[in-house]
Amino acid sequence: MISIDPNKTKTDAEKVDLANLPDSETALEIRGLNLRYGDKQALFDIGMKIPKKQVTAFIGPSGCGKSTLLRCINRMNDLVDTCHIDGEILLHGQNIYDKAVDVAALRRNVGMVFQRPNPFPKSIYENVVYGLRLQGENNRRVLDEACERSLRGAAIWDEVKDRLHDNAFGLSGGQQQRLVIARAIAIEPEVLLLDEPTSALDPISTLTIEELITELKSKYTVVIVTHNMQQAARVSDQTAFMYMGELIEYADTNTIFTTPQKKKTEDYITGRYG
Amino acid sequence: MENISLNKHISGQFNAELGDIRNRVLAMGGLVERQLEQSLDALATLDAELASKIIEGDHKVNGMEVSIDEECTRIIAKRQPAASDLRLIIAISKTIADLERIGDATVRIAKAALEKRTNNQQPLLVSIESMGRHATHTLHQTLDALARMDADAAFELHKSDAKLDAEYEGIIRQLMTYMMEDPRSIPGVLDVLWAARAVERVGDRCKNICEYIIYYVKGKDVRHTSYEDMEKDLQE
Repeated sequence: MISIDPNKTKTDAEKVDLANLPDSETALEIRGLNLRYGDKQALFDIGMKIPKKQVTAFIGPSGCGKSTLLRCINRMNDLVDTCHIDGEILLHGQNIYDKAVDVAALRRNVGMVFQRPNPFPKSIYENVVYGLRLQGENNRRVLDEACERSLRGAAIWDEVKDRLHDNAFGLSGGQQQRLVIARAIAIEPEVLLLDEPTSALDPISTLTIEELITELKSKYTVVIVTHNMQQAARVSDQTAFMYMGELIEYADTNTIFTTPQKKKTEDYITGRYG
Repeated sequence: MENISLNKHISGQFNAELGDIRNRVLAMGGLVERQLEQSLDALATLDAELASKIIEGDHKVNGMEVSIDEECTRIIAKRQPAASDLRLIIAISKTIADLERIGDATVRIAKAALEKRTNNQQPLLVSIESMGRHATHTLHQTLDALARMDADAAFELHKSDAKLDAEYEGIIRQLMTYMMEDPRSIPGVLDVLWAARAVERVGDRCKNICEYIIYYVKGKDVRHTSYEDMEKDLQE
């Protein structure tokens, strides 16, 4: 006989206490992060813990700093000259902005997928194994194996297995995006950053990517920035709402979409913002 | 209206839809309230014509429930409401189910009015009338709290249902006495009993609606919780 506690719903059981998340379950911790582009401050004192092997979504209006925050996680903002950052982002207890940190190594651990699919002008196969080749891996068997595993992981294997050596540009937009995700997971990162991964795709391709995101979290910590609130509601476990560079509310997705605690969050997700 | 902010959506169409559905619920509430009042009048005066009219009128209540429910489904499908908008739709969808059941209760009361009565049953009807007035008042207040989305008023109304329950207990005791004194009166008394039961259920339905109001305003599901817990939720 199965015993069911009537007072405990499934969502309660899965609810994570974000404020007191133990280190063993924390993938990333952001502490007192401030970011300025020249004179303009884009992020104000952001502090949050991102749980391991879950999907965390950043939502908020354009220009609220959600993409900027996402980029901070693998130091993409280093490329912007005027960008000045203080505060910490801890991965395995180490601040990724430490001078000792090797940025290339960090990016192997923290993969990123962008808004528009950006496959290289190479074959599907070469796209997937690109990162491994860059790491010096040239063993054919290892590469073949990694290619199949990654393409399967990105739910695109069945569609491309007979044309692995065709040019990647021959794929549809949705397929290209899944190929890019396969390329990102080929080097087995811990964290996968997705910056509006479906905004250039049609609704059906969007659904396949969303389905994929749910599968990815069994192996990776996923952080996703999305303009589509319903997408955040569908795919994420935790949702962070940002507004004008501040983190307004960060809680489990069910709470944010049914009973948000802050007025600003409520206004935004019900379409009253503006 | 202070607790409800329907007019600030970016989508004016969505605003209009939410406003419209709310008005329709209030209209349905008004209709049910009138039906209840009239059914009690019919019972007090044994007015068969009025009673038939009420039984006829229940179709309209049923029709409103179905059409509002359809509108709720349409809004969920097309607008994907979130947070307070979602809670409003859920609260409305549940409220109309309870209103429809109150409508059924009025039919039961009206049917009791259609039965032939002997004079010695008159005192029975008087006690129902007093209880009925109380129930009508509760329904009126509940609809008022619904229109204003007033969680505190809903909480007070929720607590006051105990009085109606006590009145019902009193009537039951009275009816049992009648039945014991004269077994031949049982068929007639049973009719009155059903009517009393229907009136008492109106109070329970109002209690449910009060719970939906609190759910909408506070985002807390207070069903099956103690008054202490409810009070805590309300103060948060």
